Amino acid sequence: MKRVEKVLELKNISKKFGEFYANKNINLEIGRGQIHALLGENGAGKSTLMSTVFGLHQPDGGEIYVYERQIKIENPNHAIKLGIGMVHQHFKLVEDFTVTENIILGMEPKIGHRINMKSATKEVKDLSEKYGLKVDPNSKVENLAVGVQQKVEILKALYRGANILIFDEPTAVLTPDEIGELLDIMKTLVAEGKSIVLITHKLNEIMSVADKCTVIRRGEYIKTVDIKDTDENELAQLMVGKTISKQLDKNPFNPADKILEINHLHLVSKSGRKILDDVSLTVHGGEVLGIAGVDGNGQSELVESIVNMIETNTGEIKIKGQSTKGKSIRDIFESGVSYVPADRHKHGLVLDKNISENLILIEYYKKQYNDGLNLKKMLIRDEGKQKMQAFDIRAESEATIVRGMSGGNQQKVILAREISRNPELLIIVQPTRGLDIGAINFIHNQIIRLRDQGVAILLVSFELEELLSLSDRINIIFDGKIIGQVDPNNTNDTELGLMMAGKGV
Amino acid sequence: MNAVAKHMKNRNILVPILATIIALVFGAIIMLIAGYNPVIAYQSLLNKVFGSAYDIGEVIRAIIPLLLSGFAVALANKAGLLNIGVDGQITIGAVASLLVGTLVDFPPIIHGFTALTVGVIAGGLWGVLIAYLKTRFTINEVISSIMLNYVALYLSHMLIRGIVPQEGSQRSALIQDSASISLNSLSELLNGARVHWGLFITPLIIFGFYYFFNKTRYGYETEVVGLNNHAAHYAGIKVNRIITRTMFISGAIGGLIGVFDTLGVYKYMAISTSTSGVGFDGVAIALLGGNTTIGTTLSGVLIGVLKYGSQGMQFGAGVPSEIIGMIISLIIFFVAAPGLVKKLLPNMEHTKKEVQ
Amino acid sequence: MKKQLAVMFVLILGLFLVACGNEGGTTSTSDGEQASIGMVTDLGSVNDKSFNQSAWEGLQKLKEDHGYDVKYLEPQSDAEVEPSLLQFVNNKTDLTWATAATLEDAVKNIAETNPDAKLGIVDSALEGVANVVSVSFKENEGAFLAGVVAGTMTESDKVGFVGGMEIPVIQRFHAGFAAGVKAVNPDAEVLVNYVGAFNRVDMGKSAAATMYDAGVDIIFHASGGTGNGIFNEAQERFNAGKQVWVIGVDKDQSLEFGNDITLTSMMKYVDQAVYDISHEALTGQFPGGEVVRLGLNENGVGLADTSDINVSQEVLSKVEEYKEEIINGNIEVPETP
Repeated sequence: MKRVEKVLELKNISKKFGEFYANKNINLEIGRGQIHALLGENGAGKSTLMSTVFGLHQPDGGEIYVYERQIKIENPNHAIKLGIGMVHQHFKLVEDFTVTENIILGMEPKIGHRINMKSATKEVKDLSEKYGLKVDPNSKVENLAVGVQQKVEILKALYRGANILIFDEPTAVLTPDEIGELLDIMKTLVAEGKSIVLITHKLNEIMSVADKCTVIRRGEYIKTVDIKDTDENELAQLMVGKTISKQLDKNPFNPADKILEINHLHLVSKSGRKILDDVSLTVHGGEVLGIAGVDGNGQSELVESIVNMIETNTGEIKIKGQSTKGKSIRDIFESGVSYVPADRHKHGLVLDKNISENLILIEYYKKQYNDGLNLKKMLIRDEGKQKMQAFDIRAESEATIVRGMSGGNQQKVILAREISRNPELLIIVQPTRGLDIGAINFIHNQIIRLRDQGVAILLVSFELEELLSLSDRINIIFDGKIIGQVDPNNTNDTELGLMMAGKGV
Repeated sequence: MNAVAKHMKNRNILVPILATIIALVFGAIIMLIAGYNPVIAYQSLLNKVFGSAYDIGEVIRAIIPLLLSGFAVALANKAGLLNIGVDGQITIGAVASLLVGTLVDFPPIIHGFTALTVGVIAGGLWGVLIAYLKTRFTINEVISSIMLNYVALYLSHMLIRGIVPQEGSQRSALIQDSASISLNSLSELLNGARVHWGLFITPLIIFGFYYFFNKTRYGYETEVVGLNNHAAHYAGIKVNRIITRTMFISGAIGGLIGVFDTLGVYKYMAISTSTSGVGFDGVAIALLGGNTTIGTTLSGVLIGVLKYGSQGMQFGAGVPSEIIGMIISLIIFFVAAPGLVKKLLPNMEHTKKEVQ
Repeated sequence: MKKQLAVMFVLILGLFLVACGNEGGTTSTSDGEQASIGMVTDLGSVNDKSFNQSAWEGLQKLKEDHGYDVKYLEPQSDAEVEPSLLQFVNNKTDLTWATAATLEDAVKNIAETNPDAKLGIVDSALEGVANVVSVSFKENEGAFLAGVVAGTMTESDKVGFVGGMEIPVIQRFHAGFAAGVKAVNPDAEVLVNYVGAFNRVDMGKSAAATMYDAGVDIIFHASGGTGNGIFNEAQERFNAGKQVWVIGVDKDQSLEFGNDITLTSMMKYVDQAVYDISHEALTGQFPGGEVVRLGLNENGVGLADTSDINVSQEVLSKVEEYKEEIINGNIEVPETP
């Protein structure tokens, strides 16, 4: 009998969303008993690729082979039947159920019409002992720590007979101890003959457990390397690629007074994870401070704590020398802060209101826009028209409902609102996510214009290119910590990539 | 192109109108099956509503609480809240105005006005209680408001029995004449129909609703909170404060309903075994009216007419008034499931074209 | 198929609109030849197995016997009561009944503004309105007989009374019952519980459980729907092999709850009262302004005909004796406990 060596093979897989290629001609070969890392930046197309394998959507081109037989994977149930299991980043567990109930959900062993709980519990227990996944089958999921919940997810996949396990960013939500444990579990799993695809962007994890690593960038296949023949430097470089930092016209760096000063900021989540860990930074007038890092390393909490949208545990934030303690969000905006949030739909806009109504979202209460009771509708409309022109917002009129507009135009509405408020400090997060090149250039030019006018800018982005071309300084954030600072004119992608992946200089 | 856009725009208004027609037709079919004459039934319904000066006065009396309840619910909806506790706010408003109306000695009009104000504030505070439970302890307002309905009911029993009982009957003592807010001379013109200050105050509330949301900055921020409370929080709007304020106004409108019933209609408050249910009618009316000024007004009038007219149907055609309850439920059903009605729309369009 | 449906829909719609467009004039008034009687229920339906139903049965019998035109209206809220009464009054109905004390205020208002109309109210003691007759029952007299049965038949010397609310009419039940028990069995103890509601089956059940647990073997109730809970509890105990009894109220409740647990019922003959007074009124003897009090003598209250199933002849003859005494005036039954 010939032993199958390739458990999963992808050939030239492509997936398009509209005109945008999320995956383009990607090749991947997973061997039996191997841990194969899939490395790439946010939005590189890793999750899209694995969703294709799990049957969540169909590829637009290419072939999938499972155990060397070409197969069209119809849906997740089909994938499970083929022995593919997925451990999602966001657990899909029923909190009120016990561990056993969650694991057997949908595949309950039955006697007649009754669930055979006894045999189920035993089966779960056996599985957990076999793979070293220590879980009490009878405890309720809501009482379990995040790391243990993840084990339940793994057990769920194993219970369904998975031989190929896909881990989607499994360490993102774990504490360092839990990460160590998880990596050990993975090793046990492959020792028992399972194969693992590990989606991650953390280099140290790859180096410590993976056998092979495939790198994808911007939806395209870059290279597959053997871990024993490579090092973190090479991986980092492969991940970020050669960025041609496009030189934007800007005045020489000439920092003025400190506008924003953060000292020793700490924030701990309810489950005890450190979200912000002793963060200190400063931004001066006339400079762009870039915050580099992979999503989920504390960036959103950092900016939300600056505007007092969330409360931090300890630490101090000063804007123009004044502590922000006890100030309302509105106070902070009035002290000269503008904030372009990462999530335009959730925070930045009221999608069911029109352009001009969204343009006054922050300042509607000011005398400028109302006479104490009534909104100055005419003036608001006229201003809306002006700003649409000034910021190149393309829509039928200022009365167009924002929901139906393109992402770029929506972002311009936010930008128009925040920039017109003449800030001294502009906090801007992921300003160009999902936008086309025209909109990106427009927004970049606006940021530079403000910098040249002396505005202090805190730019949080996951795009290295954007950070390198706009920033005067770059701080790297990893796991809630500022782990280093680089000069964009004096760094390279490898250095940045390594730091973003948690490797110090 | 233009016509299509127009069509799409009208479609949302068409749904409730069609829902109403379909429901009436359904009602007619059911009457036929049950052996009643739907023609006579609907005629007697209309006759009951517009038949005499008294009936016109009384139908207005019947519509006022439904309108107010609809707007109380719509207001809360606009802020993203489902206030199904209007019944409780009605009860609290009623009992508060009852106490002022019976226990205090004031000259006429001033007495009525004072009792009214106290009732309105009491209803508002009852709403604030719901808001407090939501903002402070994150208790869902649907649950707290429906539970507080019972608290309000039994509290009213306690207060009536303990403070203003009427010996030998299941109701409170009568309010003093000075506290009455009836419009006596108009009432005489209408053969005794129980019309009261609500005749003037209700239109003011409706206009206030329109003005609040279409003109004022307070309406604007309320809507922002309702549409996207995350964005509201980001924009520096104090979401909890808006929720509290909205529930106060919503509860105050609810309280007003109770005040009108107590000071304008009954002149006493009954120890009833359940709350009036007007608050739940309000939920239906706001839904039917899509939380808009004109829509809520029209649906409040429609439901009021149907409810009041149902007595005429029973009298004139022997049709049990449950049929009207069924028709109202069907209207709500079709509006809540617009897919059903919309499926019919293109067909109608189609047949029209064929005829041409 | 879809098209057909749509066409049918339009047709029906058209029919409906045409119908509506018809002269919206006179729909229905009483035809003038036959005397007419109307009835407005309290907030229950005419099928409530209680007062409303009983009164409606009386009216239907009038229709059968004398051909009167009878109609009822069921107001859906307190506010609709007056318009409903007026509907009858304005249609020149000869006599309009209201079936509960809770309608007193409305009846009074309408009577005063329409002095030509004749109205009646059941279970109320509305006095001094010239065009209203009130029918009131001497519940204490009927309850006394129930007390005689309970006092004689109790084995534990403990009997119970469950009342809906502590209001005069229910207190009359209480007083009569207690007096009847004492008359035949001075040693017997009467446990009393006013649950505070007429529609709380759950509270009735728990009140009954408490009493049965305390050794009570017969419970008399005057608590409307709450009493259903008492029957439920008794039935459960009966099924578990323990005989306990309930004495029903207002109508023969053994017909609904069976003879295993229903000892007897104290009747209020609302149908008879409505029948008699309506007939009197329409034949020229309207007792306007009066409160007609119906006791044992007037056959307004009594024990159910089915009593002999569970109550021995011996006890029933004792009941007859007391009944005579009350009618003769030798025993005066108290109205308050």
